[in-house]
Amino acid sequence: MDNGILIRTKDLVKVYPLGQQSITALADVNLTFRRGEFAGLVGPSGSGKTTLLNILGSLDAPTRGSAEVLGEKVETLSHRKAAALRNRHIGFIFQTFNLLPVYTVYENVEFPLLLLGMPPAERRRAVADALSWVGLADRTKSKPSQLSGGQCQRVAIARAVVKKPELVLADEPTANLDAENSHHILDTMETLNRDMGTTFLFATHDEKVIRHVRRKITLIDGRVAKDEALAGS
Amino acid sequence: MIAFLFKGIFRDRSRSFIPFLTVTLGVFLTVGMYSYIKGGVFTITRFSANLGTGHVKVTTRAYAQETGAPANDAALTDAAALASRLADDYPDFDWAPRIRFGGLLDVPDENGKTITQGAVAGFAADLLSSESREKERLDLGRGLIRGRLPERPDEILIGDILARRLGLEPGQKAALLSSTRRGSMAAANFTLAGTVDFGVRSMDRTGIVADLQGVRAALDMEDEAGEILGFFKNSLFDRNKAEAVKAAFNGRAGADASDDFAPVLLTLRDQNGLGESLDYMNAAQAVIIVVFVIPMALVLWNAGLIGNLRRYGEIGIRLAMGETKGHIYRSLLAESLMIGFLGTVAGTVLGLALAYYLQAHGINIRVLMKNASIMIPNVLHARVTTLSYVIGLAPGLLATFVGTAISGRGIYKRQTARLLKELET
Repeated sequence: MDNGILIRTKDLVKVYPLGQQSITALADVNLTFRRGEFAGLVGPSGSGKTTLLNILGSLDAPTRGSAEVLGEKVETLSHRKAAALRNRHIGFIFQTFNLLPVYTVYENVEFPLLLLGMPPAERRRAVADALSWVGLADRTKSKPSQLSGGQCQRVAIARAVVKKPELVLADEPTANLDAENSHHILDTMETLNRDMGTTFLFATHDEKVIRHVRRKITLIDGRVAKDEALAGS
Repeated sequence: MIAFLFKGIFRDRSRSFIPFLTVTLGVFLTVGMYSYIKGGVFTITRFSANLGTGHVKVTTRAYAQETGAPANDAALTDAAALASRLADDYPDFDWAPRIRFGGLLDVPDENGKTITQGAVAGFAADLLSSESREKERLDLGRGLIRGRLPERPDEILIGDILARRLGLEPGQKAALLSSTRRGSMAAANFTLAGTVDFGVRSMDRTGIVADLQGVRAALDMEDEAGEILGFFKNSLFDRNKAEAVKAAFNGRAGADASDDFAPVLLTLRDQNGLGESLDYMNAAQAVIIVVFVIPMALVLWNAGLIGNLRRYGEIGIRLAMGETKGHIYRSLLAESLMIGFLGTVAGTVLGLALAYYLQAHGINIRVLMKNASIMIPNVLHARVTTLSYVIGLAPGLLATFVGTAISGRGIYKRQTARLLKELET
């Protein structure tokens, strides 16, 4: 995509069938995100935040309209191509961390690189870098059960950014964390955004997150109600 | 990736323990039962061959058709010349003339009056010539209970159970009452050299073994034999070679298909329904594998379903990270094959341990054979073959593969559109 544009949606509509009726989760959403943005999608429950993340993460396809992510039209992607787009270019961070419990911190972070087929030496370097970015270089051998919630989320961030994706989608990343941990997590993501130029897009209710983002898009009933640039932290 | 999967299998016991145990148990039983049936087939084949059928047998058509009492009136004549020709034409075989006979064994007192009598049935083999391998083949030395092996043509061995029933001791004389080849009554005195545990219930009760020379004299069968048995020199029955010899012998120039007294050659499989029995037992080996594969696959399918439910979150995150459904499905199959392989190795080791034990000690089926008249040895041993080492691979790997292949299909029904919602919980 030209001019540093990473994501562009055009008249994006998502309708879910519900028995005889249907629910419009997104209605005519037109948004553009440039590389390096640190943006938040806010709005009440059911406003379409997660649906939009789903589509931008190539996990779901729009009913109508277009969502172009990294030059790929999501609505035309096959399952395999959508997986390849996520695998190479998109990192995910979830509210509940979703680390693989039987694997160590190191192995959790290494996993996306295994999927990419990265050579071992390169992989070791990348995992070490990612863990040092999130301040967990000394916990490589720990299991998720031995970590605090904040540490688990930092591992999840390392896992999301270890392959140096252009885009990180975070769904309520601080919802399960206390204020201090939330602050650390957001600081970490901001640093990564600044140093690596990774685009972060959050879906959140959390005021703490909103205070950190530089752009806030408010969704109400599936429509973009407000799209505003913020000063950020 | 393989190392990654291995770590998961070893660390997450609930993922691997039940499938591992299932495969181990199934493979253990498969290897053990396969080896035991194999041993059963081998033992029955060897016993039948040594005691009555040979690997091949030359006799007259009339003699072969008589399934009850031995029809010595249809015995082969010029037996020595025929045996010599057979040795020349078919040198892969060791040829051994035998005479089957039956009658009454009469035990007299010192005045010659009958004390007791018992029905006997048995055979005469060349137990005395230096070139004969019959003594070794019949393994009479090992089964000897009392007395010794015959050293003269007029000495006999009988089953120990029969001897005790008749009150006959080694060294005592007894008269064999039978009929000659020409139908006259035959009465000949023999000395009991020893008593034997034939290892076959029916023979222990009525069996008699005598030297060929003595029985020929007693039954007026000089240079005659009821049958000439052929044994492969390596003692192992080779069906293809036996069939080839049969075709060559029975199709030889001058063979007269209408002559009941012309010699014909039968293989072991042609006699006493042995062919069908052996086919049945061989089929049973294949059935065992199938029988174990099906329940194992069902258990593993179920274990796979439970495992996939437990790993619902893990599979979801992997899909979100960009792993394709096909790749996840294949990785589950790879995991199951690893578990299957480990279970197969463990099951094979345990199964072989059982098989080697049963090969050495066997299982005594004497109680089961109490009233049986067929020649099945009292102790059936397992037989460990090369196939015993690998036979477990089929049920072990196939069952895990099939079980996981079915249970893992649920991955294809997973909707990526719901992943973020699912992974929130």
